[in-house]
Amino acid sequence: MNKRILEMIGGRLAIAILSLFLVSLAVFFITELLPGDTAQELLGQAVTTEAAAQLRETLGLDRPAILRYFEWIFGLLTGDLGYSHVSDRPVANLVAERLPNSLTLAAITMAITIPLALGLGIFAAIWKGSIFDRAISSAAIMLVSFPEFMIATLLVMWLSVYMQWLPALSFIPATADFRTIVLAFIMPVSVLVFGSCSQMIRLSRAAIADAMATPYVEMAMLKGASRSRMVLRHALPNAVAPIVNSVALSMSGLLGGVIIVETVFNYPGLAKLMVDGVSTRDMPLIQTCSMIFCGFYLVLITAADIIAILSNPRLR
Amino acid sequence: MTVSAAPRRKLRFHIRPIAAICLAVVLFWAAIALFAPLLVHYPVGDMVSYDYFGPMSKEYWLGTDYLGRDIYSRLIVGARYTIGIAFVGLILAALIGITLGLFAAAFGGLFDTILSRAIDTFVGIPNLLLALVIVAGGGSSIPILVFAITIIFFPGCYRFTRSMAINVNALDFIAAARARGEGHFYVMIHEILPNIVGPIMADLGLRFVHIILLLSGLSFLGLGVQPPFADWGAMVRENMIGISYGSPAVVVPSLALASLALAINLLIDNLPQRIRDQLE
Repeated sequence: MNKRILEMIGGRLAIAILSLFLVSLAVFFITELLPGDTAQELLGQAVTTEAAAQLRETLGLDRPAILRYFEWIFGLLTGDLGYSHVSDRPVANLVAERLPNSLTLAAITMAITIPLALGLGIFAAIWKGSIFDRAISSAAIMLVSFPEFMIATLLVMWLSVYMQWLPALSFIPATADFRTIVLAFIMPVSVLVFGSCSQMIRLSRAAIADAMATPYVEMAMLKGASRSRMVLRHALPNAVAPIVNSVALSMSGLLGGVIIVETVFNYPGLAKLMVDGVSTRDMPLIQTCSMIFCGFYLVLITAADIIAILSNPRLR
Repeated sequence: MTVSAAPRRKLRFHIRPIAAICLAVVLFWAAIALFAPLLVHYPVGDMVSYDYFGPMSKEYWLGTDYLGRDIYSRLIVGARYTIGIAFVGLILAALIGITLGLFAAAFGGLFDTILSRAIDTFVGIPNLLLALVIVAGGGSSIPILVFAITIIFFPGCYRFTRSMAINVNALDFIAAARARGEGHFYVMIHEILPNIVGPIMADLGLRFVHIILLLSGLSFLGLGVQPPFADWGAMVRENMIGISYGSPAVVVPSLALASLALAINLLIDNLPQRIRDQLE
């Protein structure tokens, strides 16, 4: 590991922290400055202006926004996630109940999607132009076009209503045995895998196909290297950076999918909590959830960048 | 020997059959959205039948929904919401993104760096999450939805235009134009833009698919178009119970959405090779 690599990684981390700061500004001021008012919302439509003003004062909403921003960000950094006035509980408690569920769902999905999508994409590129390639590419373009909620509703219709094989909701009682848990996870995970794999398949296929068209792969072919050696030894190492980036890019889609899937299957995760928060306009909850999601997203993107840097043989 | 005028150059595109079919589907939905008021049978909010989740019939072509409203009429008007909101949002995002992208490429330097850095902020927030935050802040109304789409999608347009324009900006004919004293604006509009407009249109097509999927996802969560009106996503949401009756009320709007999105994606995938080459 030389100095240049360390410098590049340091630069990436600095950019990530700067982005997180800018994202926090965007999240806070979009939720605060757009028309709409928490006090009004809490008290309902038929509220007198005095009562609303009173509540605003109690909640501290009458102070300048910039001051509240710094209080909020300082709170986040010191572990105080704010207080949800709608459910009358600290946001930290709400998040602590839900976050592990969402992480489980996302982790299972990634563990299935990444090897599956990369495998399909790489093999499609190896056999470019074959029936397998065309089938995979067509399937990927179809999946890209279908909204997650459509895949989810059609699966529920087929597997829960007609076949009655799987439960339509993913509420897992605390006493559930292993089989119940697995059955409850099958549909949400399938929808997420379908939703997030297509982009990855397309991008990894393109990355390998690009690498296969380079002079050094042609050279390997002329030397008489086998097809698998050409791909695994020559093309793949040079395609790692775009492939890792494609995985990071699909994470944005995966998060969108998680929001939809948790709602469809009534899964008790953080995304469902946030969607409910938007309906009730529970601002502290929304702000904190957004920052948690963006934080995870930025960590993944930065990790992908760092892997891409480390994988570049020219820097070693 | 007689000198004759050079033969007129023809832009000959080989159009694949699948592209023609897809174009037909896209134009079909565009026409439906445009002429919706002439095509509906019943006003969208009216409960016209006592039979909820009714089957397809002569009276109600696509059956009735969970309140006994005519699905055909709601689908037609839903096309207007889905396509209309997405289209207006796309146009605004494209205007902002392409203009800023051209400026960044033509001026370069510190201006480009600061602008790119600021716009990258929005890329750090996943699309649907940013949409939720905006709807949470502003409440759900059609102007807010258009605003959300513009904010979410202009950074992509900006980045795409900027990278295409920077490539063109380095070519000799731009240097020639600058050398004969043309200003930044002339170079942007008359030299750079005509050379990148094809790939930009294709890119906007792909973005349009993302927009309709995002918008219907938002409506599906109940945070998009509000009742009694509904776009396709909201129609799927409100008729979810109908799944157990095997009602067409859930399937029809889903299929409409899928057909439009798939047609656009396949159309762009099968564009003439000349444009596709530039796109990659």
